[in-house]
Amino acid sequence: MLSEKAVVEINQIKGRYHDARSSLLPALYVVQREHGWLSPDAVEAVGDLLNVPKAAVKGVSTFYSMFRHKPMGRHLIQLCTNVACMIMGAERLVDILKSRYGLEPNSTTSDGRFSLVIMECIGACGTAPAMLVDTDFYDNLTEQGIVDILENYK
Amino acid sequence: MEKFLLKNIDNPNSTDINEYISVGGYKAISKALEMKPADVIDEVKRSGLRGRGGAGFPTGMKWSFAAADPKKPKFILCNADEGEPGTFKDRPILEKNPHLLIEGMIISGYALQAEYGYIYLRGEYPRAKDILKDAIKQAHDKGYLGDNILGKGIRFHLHVHQGAGAYICGEETALIESLEGRRGQPRIKPPFPVNEGFLSKPTVVNNVETLANIPYIMEIGAEAYSKIGSPDCPGPKLYSISGHVKNPGVYELPMGTTLRDIIYAHCGGIRDNKKLKAVIPGGISTPILSPDKIDCPMDFVNMPKHGSMLGSGAVMVFDETVDLAKVCLRAMKFFEHESCGKCTPCREGVGWMRAILERICNGSGNEKDIELLTEVSKNIIGKTFCPLGDSAASVVQSFIKNFRQEFEQHISKEASKEIKAAA
Repeated sequence: MLSEKAVVEINQIKGRYHDARSSLLPALYVVQREHGWLSPDAVEAVGDLLNVPKAAVKGVSTFYSMFRHKPMGRHLIQLCTNVACMIMGAERLVDILKSRYGLEPNSTTSDGRFSLVIMECIGACGTAPAMLVDTDFYDNLTEQGIVDILENYK
Repeated sequence: MEKFLLKNIDNPNSTDINEYISVGGYKAISKALEMKPADVIDEVKRSGLRGRGGAGFPTGMKWSFAAADPKKPKFILCNADEGEPGTFKDRPILEKNPHLLIEGMIISGYALQAEYGYIYLRGEYPRAKDILKDAIKQAHDKGYLGDNILGKGIRFHLHVHQGAGAYICGEETALIESLEGRRGQPRIKPPFPVNEGFLSKPTVVNNVETLANIPYIMEIGAEAYSKIGSPDCPGPKLYSISGHVKNPGVYELPMGTTLRDIIYAHCGGIRDNKKLKAVIPGGISTPILSPDKIDCPMDFVNMPKHGSMLGSGAVMVFDETVDLAKVCLRAMKFFEHESCGKCTPCREGVGWMRAILERICNGSGNEKDIELLTEVSKNIIGKTFCPLGDSAASVVQSFIKNFRQEFEQHISKEASKEIKAAA
C-alpha cells in the first residue's frame, strides 16, 4: 500500500523522536502528500509501520481537519472565512466559487480540478481575505483577483 | 522604539544565517554559554518576561520548575500553533526571522539542560515549515546545533513538527498529546508539563514570541529589559491588528501601548473615515470591548481591569458597518468546530450557543433567546478541562453585555408572540 519511498521517509522521521508514535502525524502527511488523501488501506499501513493500532490511527487522523478522508481534486483551495476574513468580504468569495466553478464547501468540481475546504484562520488577518491553493498562499483577495489566481491552476 | 523581534525583516535575505549574524545574531548564545544554566534562568526571571501566548505566565519561573525536576531527558517545545483567529504575530518571526527563534530555543535548552527541542508548527503555515527546516540546517552547519555546540560539548537537537489543523493544540497539554501522536485533547492539570509533559518528562512549552525575547534579554541584560514597557509585564510586544484600520499589520511596540495609540497613532485610524464600533483586543477568544475602553494599556495587568484580556495581542477592529451579532455567530461556529469533544459542557453547550445565534441572525429568534444564551454560557464556564469552553462562553457574555442592541434588532416579533402564546 505504501510506496517504498514513503516507507523510507517515515523510517527516517522515526529517528527524530524518542518513541515511534510521535511520528504518526508526520507519517500521515507523507502518505497524504503521495496519494492526495488518506484511504482506509493507507491508514492501516501507517499503523502497521509504526506499530499503532488501526483504531488509534483512524481516531487521530479524523481528529485533525487537514487530513483528508476522501479523494481531493487536483488543486485544494483552503479559504478562510473566520471573522477577520469575513468582515473583509470572504463570504462573497465563497459565492463566486459557487457561481463560477459550481464549487461548494467540502466538495470537488465535477471535472476534478478543484476541491474547496473552508478554513478557520490561516494567520493572514491583516491582509484578509486569504486562502491557500495547495501550499501556495494568497492574501488581499478580491472578487476578480481570486478568479485570476485560480486560472493558473489547471 | 528600536525593533528587536522584527529587526532586519525587511531585508529580503533575512532568513540567511550570515545576514542574521551580520546584525548581531547568535551573539547571545556565546554570552549565555559562559553563564551557569541556573544563572541564565535567573536572568530571565529578573527580566520579568511573561509568556506571550496569552496566559502571561512568568517565563523564568516556568523554566525553574522544569529545571528543578530531576527526571531526564527534559524537553523544550515551541508553541508555533498560532491558531487564535486575529493572530498573525508569530508568522513574521517564523518566516522572516527564524534564527531569532532558533537562538532563543538553544539558550532555553541550555538553561534547562534539555537536549531536545521541537517546534510545533501549525499545518496552515507550509511556507514557514520549509523556512524553519532550512534555518535549522544552517544553524547545524555553523555549529550552533548538534552534539558539540560551539565546541563546548553541549548538545541540542531541534526539529519541526507540523500540526494538522486543530486550534485546541495551541493549549499546551493538547499540544503535547498531539506531539505524542494522539488526538489533541487537553490533559487535566496537575501534573503540569514542567513535571510531566512530553513522554511524561519535564517539558517547557513556550510561545514563539516568548522564545524570541530570550536573545534580547541576554543581549541587553535583565535590568535594561525590565524597564521596557509596562512595569509588571515588561518588554517589547508584537500586536497584530486586523479589520477596519487604514494600516493593518504586525507592530512591535512597548508592552502596555494603549489601544487608542495602536489603532490611531500606529494603524492610521479607521478606514474611510468611518466610526469605531467595537474592538476585540486579544484574539477571538477575548471579550469584545466598546470604544470607550480604548485608553486601556494593552498588557496582562490592565486589560482584565477593563473587562477583557491581552490574549495574544491580536486587535480586531470593527467599524460602524459591522453586524456584531453575525460576528458573534461566526466566532461560535469556530469554537464549535474546534471543541475537542472531551468535556460535555463545551462540546454540547457551544453548539447550542451557535444554534441560538444562528436563529437570531436568521430573523427567527424570539425575545427570550438572549437570556437563553446567557443561561447556556453560565453552564459552560468553570466546567471544562481547558479554557476553550470558558472562552466561547465569556465571548458570548461580553457581546451581550456590551452590544445587546445588536442582537435585539434581529429578534423576530412574530416568534416572540408565539413564545408568549405558548407560555
